[in-house]
Amino acid sequence: MHSLLFAAAALQSAHPLDGTAAKWLWLVPLLPLLGFAINGLLSIAAAYRPGPTDPSGGAAHGSDESHAGQGEGHDDAGKHAHHEIPRHRYAGLTSVVGPGVLVLAFILSAMIFVAMRNAGGGAIEHPFIQRYFSWMPVGDLQIDAAFQLDQLSMLMVLVVTGVGALIHVFSVGYMRDDPGYPRYFSYLNLFVFFMLLLVLGANYPIMFIGWEGVGLCSYLLIGFWFSEKANADAGKKAFIVNRIGDFGFLIAMFLLFANIGALDFQGVAAGTKALAAGGPVVTAICLFLFLGCAGKSAQIPLYIWLPDAMAGPTPVSALIHAATMVTAGVYLIARSSMLFSLAPVAELVVVLIGALTAIFAASIGLKQWDIKKVLAYSTVSQLGYMFVGVGSGAYVAGMFHLATHAFFKALLFLGSGSVIYAMHAAYHHTHNQDDAQDMRNMGGLRRHLPITFVLMWIATLAIAGIPPLAGFFSKDEILGALFARAQGSTIAQAHLFGIPGTVWLYFAWTLALGAALMTAVYMTRMMLYTFHGPNRTGDAERPYLKESPWVMTGPLVVLAALTVAGGWLNLPEFAPLGPVGGLDRWLEPVVGEATKRVIGGAAPVAAGLELGLVAVAVLIAAAGIAIAVTRLDPKSLVPKSRSPQEEGFEKVLVNKYYVDEIYDDAIVKPVVATSRDLLWRGIDAGLIDGLGVNGAGKLTRFVGWVGSQFQSGQLGTYAWVLAIGVLAVLGAVTMR
Amino acid sequence: MLAEALFFSAVLFAIGVFGVLIRRNAIIVFMCVELMLNAVNLTFVAFAQAYGTAGQVFVFFVMTVAAAEAAVGLAIIIALFRHRPTVDLKNINLLKG
Repeated sequence: MHSLLFAAAALQSAHPLDGTAAKWLWLVPLLPLLGFAINGLLSIAAAYRPGPTDPSGGAAHGSDESHAGQGEGHDDAGKHAHHEIPRHRYAGLTSVVGPGVLVLAFILSAMIFVAMRNAGGGAIEHPFIQRYFSWMPVGDLQIDAAFQLDQLSMLMVLVVTGVGALIHVFSVGYMRDDPGYPRYFSYLNLFVFFMLLLVLGANYPIMFIGWEGVGLCSYLLIGFWFSEKANADAGKKAFIVNRIGDFGFLIAMFLLFANIGALDFQGVAAGTKALAAGGPVVTAICLFLFLGCAGKSAQIPLYIWLPDAMAGPTPVSALIHAATMVTAGVYLIARSSMLFSLAPVAELVVVLIGALTAIFAASIGLKQWDIKKVLAYSTVSQLGYMFVGVGSGAYVAGMFHLATHAFFKALLFLGSGSVIYAMHAAYHHTHNQDDAQDMRNMGGLRRHLPITFVLMWIATLAIAGIPPLAGFFSKDEILGALFARAQGSTIAQAHLFGIPGTVWLYFAWTLALGAALMTAVYMTRMMLYTFHGPNRTGDAERPYLKESPWVMTGPLVVLAALTVAGGWLNLPEFAPLGPVGGLDRWLEPVVGEATKRVIGGAAPVAAGLELGLVAVAVLIAAAGIAIAVTRLDPKSLVPKSRSPQEEGFEKVLVNKYYVDEIYDDAIVKPVVATSRDLLWRGIDAGLIDGLGVNGAGKLTRFVGWVGSQFQSGQLGTYAWVLAIGVLAVLGAVTMR
Repeated sequence: MLAEALFFSAVLFAIGVFGVLIRRNAIIVFMCVELMLNAVNLTFVAFAQAYGTAGQVFVFFVMTVAAAEAAVGLAIIIALFRHRPTVDLKNINLLKG
């Protein structure tokens, strides 16, 4: 303890953030934890009193389940309560506490941010570290419970608490009548706590706790309406697939400790000097870390859980499965930039996996009918973009896209939540069992949900990459960086499978452009089918389609403002609409050195060529929108129940390339069969139970039986044995 | 003299052992046990003749114990015979585990 205090004093004594609002850093994650405790207690307390019963209300209004038997997991049926069903007993208190702690946490982080700016902002060279206690002092391994505040974690804290607060407010409306209202908010608060632990931890183990914690909350919230098996299964799938990635993270930590001897970010950064650049050790560490990222951030081959995760409530999809948790992998790579910049081959793998995921998921998104599935594949695709960014050593570009994506994807998800809310309310009034999330049942909603309609179009244009919206700048920065790295950088000089990095990078750039085209197409398609054309919901339902209340549209407006203005964070030189390269300068102390190392001898792209690339990107986005508008006709659509089966390649796309089926046959079924037939029946029941446990018993009985045969009760026999024994002893003694 | 006495007692002892091992009648087995005891007694006496009287003291001990044993042993045999009308050891296996 003494040495800790000493170390803390030595490091903090000279830090410019001393005595500022940064000393309240510990309170930022503690506030959501407090919210979790209060809401959790309310949820438990309510269970002991009569009233609307959690869980999940399946029994309370089971006849209302509009998706029973769908089996696909798109059962975002949050609001199936009639008006006569009372709200949760403690709904009022929860509505204050749940979003309240997030708003407070955001205000606090904004104060810390202001303190950071006043103290020099991007000029603060060393992270501000708060040590609380020594957590794991084991021999050479010294792990402290400590938070690290630097420009990178500050950015993440602002995104998590800011977007998180907006989504919490939205949830007040969306989950209004849910019988599990406090339970929902307690999980959501707990998620934010773990997410803040993830981004604030000063070492990999603390980060790993947050990493596992957000996984747990993701599982709890995907299966929030667990009385339907598909939802519970989706939660399990997410949890299990993430375990595979977490195994990679753990191995990477073991390798780090074995080769560097430190697990805190500072120590690892200092220890990288001892590692050979491009050597097998650092490459292995980075590839294992990336396996963790592929699990958490839904990249090939572990992306399959994210589309299923849409079984959770829509605000959960917005917060966890679009804006924050799934970007943790991007943050991890940016945080480990000192390692990744030393491993060009690993960077190349990250870029390629990212680009492949981007185009693969985008192509699936082209033919999905569930509005949330479109957005889910879009998220997978955009996460691929972020990995292209951080993989090509453009850490700032990756983080920039992370932030802007958090804005526009949260807006899209919450917008789809608003749509589903309206659809569900309408179906609810008429007791229709149809699918409230299928776009074939929507259409023409712009007349019924005008605010949602306008705001979602803004987000669609942003994600397609139309200037001057946020997505244009961040996506363009990634594409530009990728193009610039293809000549002369350390990645370009590396070889993968004998093919030079330059070729791979141009290949990835082509894939990324293709994904951009598809992004524009499927997003426009989603908007056309949802909001344009004639309405297909049904004549009885149409009068009940209404715009959502202000508590839901309010956060949408704020997010739309951020979507429009988000590009201002890091404007490129050719568009000096404000401070140029703000984020570049802000993150310079954290990732600057690593970025320079990756760039190596690569020359920046000439201004003329850069403008040309931008023009190409914008043209592609515009072409995508044009293709969708001209080729797709919302009028020709018919409701889901009367839609024909798809044919040919469309069928492959609708079925997501049959990846789930392939995994099922190639991995799940063999594992299950091996577990059941070999491990259970063979080893457990056969070897351990049969040979081990029962065998030991049978052996004892047999030995006893053999012994009992000597005890015949015949005196003569005994006498013979005695006599022979005496003779033997006598013989032994005399012969000696 | 000693050698002859020891040879004789060894023969007696062997007869006793042999009897115990092969005879089935409990009383005969019992008598054979007595025969073995007395063979040992003879050895003691022979040694006492050659090396001093300490052996004869042991003979008295053995005779005392043998007398007690005879009393208890015969009592057991009689009790057995009352319990089941045989003294054939083949039919008596109460010690069976």
